[in-house]
Amino acid sequence: MIDAIKIKGLVKRFGDITAVDDLNLNIMKGEIFGLLGPNGAGKTTIINILSGLLEPTSGSAEVAGYDIKTQSMDVKGLIGVCPQHSAYYKYLTGRENIELFGDLHGMPKKLLRERTEYLLENIALMEMADRKTGNYSGGMIRRVNLAMALIHDPEIAFLDEPTVAMDPQSRRATWDFIRDFRKREKTVILTTHYIEEAENLADRVGIIDHGKLIALDTPCSLMDKHGHENLEDVFITLTGRKIREDV
Amino acid sequence: MKAQRVQALTKKELLRVIREPANLFLVFLFPLILTLAFGVAFGAIGTGGDIQYSVAVIDLDSTSWSEGLVAELYNSGVLVPTPYTDAVTAHSDLQQGRVSAVLTIPKGFGDSVEAFTANPGNPSAWPVSTLELSLDQGSMIVSSVVPSMIQQALSVSLYGEEALSPPSPVKIGAPLMVESVKLTQFDIMVPGMFSYAVIFLTMIVSQVFTEERQQGILKRIAVTPTTASDIFGAQIIANLLTGVVQIMVVFVASYVMGFRPLGGIGGVLTAFTITLLLVLCNVGFGLITATLAKSSGAATGLSFIFILPQMLLGSFVPAPESVARFVPSYYVTKTLTNVFLRGADVLSQSTILNIGILAVYSLSVIALGVVLYSRYGNR
Repeated sequence: MIDAIKIKGLVKRFGDITAVDDLNLNIMKGEIFGLLGPNGAGKTTIINILSGLLEPTSGSAEVAGYDIKTQSMDVKGLIGVCPQHSAYYKYLTGRENIELFGDLHGMPKKLLRERTEYLLENIALMEMADRKTGNYSGGMIRRVNLAMALIHDPEIAFLDEPTVAMDPQSRRATWDFIRDFRKREKTVILTTHYIEEAENLADRVGIIDHGKLIALDTPCSLMDKHGHENLEDVFITLTGRKIREDV
Repeated sequence: MKAQRVQALTKKELLRVIREPANLFLVFLFPLILTLAFGVAFGAIGTGGDIQYSVAVIDLDSTSWSEGLVAELYNSGVLVPTPYTDAVTAHSDLQQGRVSAVLTIPKGFGDSVEAFTANPGNPSAWPVSTLELSLDQGSMIVSSVVPSMIQQALSVSLYGEEALSPPSPVKIGAPLMVESVKLTQFDIMVPGMFSYAVIFLTMIVSQVFTEERQQGILKRIAVTPTTASDIFGAQIIANLLTGVVQIMVVFVASYVMGFRPLGGIGGVLTAFTITLLLVLCNVGFGLITATLAKSSGAATGLSFIFILPQMLLGSFVPAPESVARFVPSYYVTKTLTNVFLRGADVLSQSTILNIGILAVYSLSVIALGVVLYSRYGNR
């Protein structure tokens, strides 16, 4: 299998605080990788480094074969990032927000229009597509937030808590969407507080605590190894905390 | 810079201006309302029409001499005597600005004049009477014009018309009548309104950057292949397009209110050129403000550091030139005043110098804004 992401000895320090501590990790192309950890564990920092928003203190990483330090523009052309906190223009419609990000990725106009229609249909936003997002419900905004990240059909998608504040129906639709990604050999790095989401979707999960990768395997193997019937108990055993205790 | 990205970001910025009511007001409605309101308020002031001052006259003498004095006041064409019967009402009206002066003709005024005409060479035979005059001290023009006009009317009453032209070895030649454009106060203010209209872009640009930073949108854009030059380029283009519409709004509104600029097409092109340079400068000020401000609320307040000096020193508010030279809007107002009101050649040395100074000023400010925001604005 080809590695979509290769991380070697990655360290990120903010003053005295070590947010990412000697992280070594390979994520395969076409894999859905679940990144689990309590709040402040370093998950978002890892995503920010891999997407070129932060420079690592030391270590190296390659995304789709491109070095994140020296070839960050190439990396940005291939990735899609869905941030934890929805970031969108309230005065633009759902369609305009999605199309804007397609334009920022330089998509051809015809393809952009087709892809926007496809996404709006799949996130069930066709009826509200031409209304300003300032009038959307929380769940609808989350769906637009996801579509903005995926408009250019990225090779690698970083989805940071993509289903937070979504209703069950939207969450199911998003899961189907993510599974469809895998079918098309795309890679997804998923951070989530919903342990059942990781169990259902992720091919492998990595558990991060205090910036360190403390476990890495398939959900089933982790449960077998630690003698638990669900990933939540594995998480508690490893970190001493519930994943959603402060959510 | 990629054209597709710049175009998309520019379109986004223009939609913000149109769709967000606060921006729409500041950018388009504010200059429109300001120009129309000032046109109504100041359009009739200084048209070159007759200027007259109302004078309350309390005639306690009621003789043909006092009536003659009042008639002379009226003949001046400048003073409008209005008879009052009591001093209390007259002074009350003076305090409330209904009259510009109060003249009290004392009892015995006629006797004094009679004695003077009977014995012009014998002052000891004249019973002295005193005209009492109260003036509106809030008006420098009234203070200087009204006493001399009353003195003149009194002289004519006592000595006749010849008192106005006593024999003299020196004469003033007949004045050459030069036709000049009659400017209203509004006409004088219009060049400053072009500056006034665009200086609020500082606030809008600073709010755009601080809001997008606060909401995480800039960070989100940063994980796309979009470059800083795409973002700054789109911001500059969007604001220049906004500026073009603002200039058109001021032109149309001021024209509707009676402003007729000199300078022809060249003057109009000069107005667009120099005002758009000011737009560029204010985009730079907006970036500097966004670098300093931590939130959009703070940006709104801080932006006045750049807006107020331009508003008070470089628009239609009279300000000492030695200080005004330091604000960019001064060069717009000064140039447009020369071109629109004085008919200065658009290629004159003064116009080209002003455009040159503002171009250097604006490019320096925008470069500083881009450097500061790129280095410190995303903390």
